Amino acid sequence: MNWYKDTPEIKLRLENPLMKHIVELKEHGFADALKYDYAPVDVEDALDNYDRVLEIVGDISENVIAPNSEGVDRTGPSCSGGRAHYAPGTAENLEICRQAGLTAIEMPRRYGGLNMPSTIFCAASELISRADAGFQNLLGLQSCACTLYEFGTDDQRDRFITRVCNGETMSMDLTEPDAGSDLQSVALKATFDEAANCWRLNGVKRFITNGDSDIHLVLARSEEGTTDGRGLSMFIYDKREGGVTVRRIEDKMGIHGSPTCELVYNNAKAELCGDRRLGLIKYVMSLMNAARLGIAAQSVGISSAALQEALSYAADRKQFGKTIDNFPAVYEMIAMIKAKLEASRSLLYETANFVDIYKSLEDIARERTLTPEERQECKRYSRLADALTPLAKGMSSEFANQNAYDCIQIHGGSGFMRDYLCERLYRDARITSIYEGTTQLQVVAAIRYVTNETYASMVEEMLSEALPAEFASRQERLREMLAKFRAATEAVTAVKDQDWLDFQARRLVEMAAHCVMGALLLRDAAKAPELLLKSADVYLAYAAAQVEGHSSFIKSSDPAMLSNYQA
Amino acid sequence: MKSLKIAVLAKQVPDTRNVGKDAMNEDGTINRAALPAIFNPEDMNALEQALRLKDMCPGSTVTVFTMGPERAKEIVLEGMFRGADTGYLLTDRLFAGADTLATSYALSSALRKAGSFDIIVGGRQAIDGDTAQVGPQVAQKLGLPQVTYVEEILALEEGKITLRRAITGGVETVEAPLPVLLTVNGTAAACRPRNAKLVMARKKAEVTAWSVADVDADPAQCGLSGSPTKVKKVDSISFQAKESKRCTSSDEDIRSLVEELITNHTIG
Ligand SMILES: Cc1cc2nc3c(=O)[nH]c(=O)nc-3n(C[C@H](O)[C@H](O)[C@@H](O)COP(=O)(O)OP(=O)(O)OC[C@H]3O[C@@H](n4cnc5c(N)ncnc54)[C@H](O)[C@@H]3O)c2cc1C
Ligand SMILES: Cc1cc2nc3c(=O)[nH]c(=O)nc-3n(C[C@H](O)[C@H](O)[C@H](O)COP(=O)(O)OP(=O)(O)OC[C@H]3O[C@@H](n4cnc5c(N)ncnc54)[C@H](O)[C@@H]3O)c2cc1C
Repeated sequence: MNWYKDTPEIKLRLENPLMKHIVELKEHGFADALKYDYAPVDVEDALDNYDRVLEIVGDISENVIAPNSEGVDRTGPSCSGGRAHYAPGTAENLEICRQAGLTAIEMPRRYGGLNMPSTIFCAASELISRADAGFQNLLGLQSCACTLYEFGTDDQRDRFITRVCNGETMSMDLTEPDAGSDLQSVALKATFDEAANCWRLNGVKRFITNGDSDIHLVLARSEEGTTDGRGLSMFIYDKREGGVTVRRIEDKMGIHGSPTCELVYNNAKAELCGDRRLGLIKYVMSLMNAARLGIAAQSVGISSAALQEALSYAADRKQFGKTIDNFPAVYEMIAMIKAKLEASRSLLYETANFVDIYKSLEDIARERTLTPEERQECKRYSRLADALTPLAKGMSSEFANQNAYDCIQIHGGSGFMRDYLCERLYRDARITSIYEGTTQLQVVAAIRYVTNETYASMVEEMLSEALPAEFASRQERLREMLAKFRAATEAVTAVKDQDWLDFQARRLVEMAAHCVMGALLLRDAAKAPELLLKSADVYLAYAAAQVEGHSSFIKSSDPAMLSNYQA
Repeated sequence: MKSLKIAVLAKQVPDTRNVGKDAMNEDGTINRAALPAIFNPEDMNALEQALRLKDMCPGSTVTVFTMGPERAKEIVLEGMFRGADTGYLLTDRLFAGADTLATSYALSSALRKAGSFDIIVGGRQAIDGDTAQVGPQVAQKLGLPQVTYVEEILALEEGKITLRRAITGGVETVEAPLPVLLTVNGTAAACRPRNAKLVMARKKAEVTAWSVADVDADPAQCGLSGSPTKVKKVDSISFQAKESKRCTSSDEDIRSLVEELITNHTIG
């Protein structure tokens, strides 16, 4: 009756000791309680607030967004007069989320936000995405406000963040026809208009989600004559100023809930956000990290929908005199969907926790200097979050695709028909491993944490934590996986050849991910064996085999064979 | 326009739309534990209309009234989570066992006690009692005009409201003077969701409980003693096979069925 309440696997992830610490960091002594009637007075009160807000999200997801999703998928957005128009269902979803006050979950109260951690935002994103991944994009773009908050001036925060809290939407305008994975080649031109004392933007952006939003963050080349990332700055474009039109919207395979726009900037007035030249190397990196976490949550939501669809269809459909969930081939697929989903969830919420710790400390640092211990904690969690984010985005999105595929398989011929939800899930899932950096680019981001041992020591640390006796053999299995991962890393890096490392990178990153996700899921399963132990065992069996496969591939390969792969 | 005092009448009801196997006890009484108590669905529609009136006329207040056991205070809180300002729970052993007459007497006493309301909005009908009488009876007791089956507020002017109401086979636009009592149809707009900030701010709110004495009501007109209705016996009627008619999908069967339905004016 309420997706949040009916999914104890989500709440379990929110009931960990780190959450209490996060609340304390987010609430700085609960001073807001004196000023805002909705601010919590203590940790328990805050955790109860999180629960209640997620209950609202669970209700809206199940009872508004999900029922609208089929219509949205069929109708899609449209474009006319230089503007994008949402499908009617999308517009309704957005209005309901505004009424529920969910448009600025993470923003501080002084702007009108709820001051909740990213972890809670991720849980909300997961729930919404289970209903409609495309719509989750629109709501998810509120995380652009975090970047504005981090790098904008006080005046910019006052003017723009308040509007987001009141329900205005945002977009991040990075990609161009010739700058996709390679954002260093962004060419949209920013020039300073001395007469009007403002910046002017000219050029084209492509594939911009919610490109007709109220407030845009735009990556543009402000430094004439430069060609690399250091010539790029970040700008704020306010739709009220005019100057940007939607030339077309893309006719996409999935996520019809979110319009993907091609934008033409024609002398559009804009203001600089932060310092010149730091647009890509600092601000967009931060923006993308938040957005990647959002896609990880989106992917988890799709996997969760796939699981529900698979379960209910398989329990209903009869062949050879019994329901198909009695056949090992079918129940294995269902168990695998659940295992991949739960492994993704464990990683998602762990990453979000780490993000919360360092971002909250960074925020405290805006008011006072941090103690040396705090500074160290901030650094530590920032590094861990940076390491886990590409794993979470990369793995969860690939798993969402696999899960949607298996979900169709479980439906047989019916799954190929548009009558069943799984067909849309399959199309919606496909984008998750492409935008916000393709899986290949996540590997590029993650590989340094393979070679510098970050992942390995994380897993080692988790394995040193005491778990109940019956987990000993499972931990032993993880230790063996870790040993294989380390040996494979060593074998690849010993060659000292960049192409070779790039070639093996995905295998190494996946091995790391299986160890990390396996350890995290095992830890969560120890807390709630009745919910997760089976999935943890299913996942470990699968992960061990994957690690073994990659290990054997790496062992039996050598750089000479690279040429076989080249045309 | 001057701000309005708006009242919403809302009832907590067993969720009769989700009746499971264990909904009835062996002895034929309702197994309350198996039926979750919910906000009467059409009262949600009523709440939305009240909140829209408040949106149209800033500064207005919305007050929820509910009569029921202690836990019915959830109804007042639910209303406040969605935008109502405050509310009252009428709860007293003397209110128990009320039929529509006693219910409307209790509610009208409370409405009188709380002050003069410009607009009172109720649901058309409760899904348990199903009489659709309480709203009209409240209007009668307070001497107010009433508009039933309301679907949409078309206009609100000083001292006057224009409404669209559902009637059999169509709709009707009516104008009514204020103060007025409206009963709202399930076909009206769905209620807005809970608002995150309101939930957090009001989750611990105290709900004022009123007894018979608090609303200056006459105990003899309340609850069981004020209810001329006496439920003697409840029968569970199941339709017998002979009351249905079997018809195959053959052209012949369908043709004769359609002819029969046209002849007896069920269709056409
Ligand atoms: C088997 C059985 C038979 C019955 N037969 C009769 C009968 O023949 N005559 C009779 O008078 N009663 C009868 N009753 C009692 C009656 O159904 C209800 O108990 C009575 O309290 C309210 O009527 P209702 O639920 O039909 O409300 P409705 O009149 O359908 O409700 C209309 C609206 O009035 C408001 N409202 C109603 N109740 C409340 C409340 N408690 N608090 C706040 N707002 C409220 C709501 O806005 C609601 O949407 C019977 C009860 C039973 C169990
Ligand atoms: C529906 C949708 C919504 C989008 N929303 C937004 C948005 O809101 N804002 C925004 O700015 N952008 C958005 N994008 C753009 C998206 O981020 C890019 O499409 C994506 O980053 C990939 O860039 P590309 O399409 O140019 O592919 P390319 O960069 O051309 O990549 C093609 C292939 O080459 C591979 N590849 C490229 N470089 C490398 C490398 N160094 N190593 C290994 N492999 C490599 C890629 O993995 C991929 O398989 C959206 C795209 C889509 C489809």
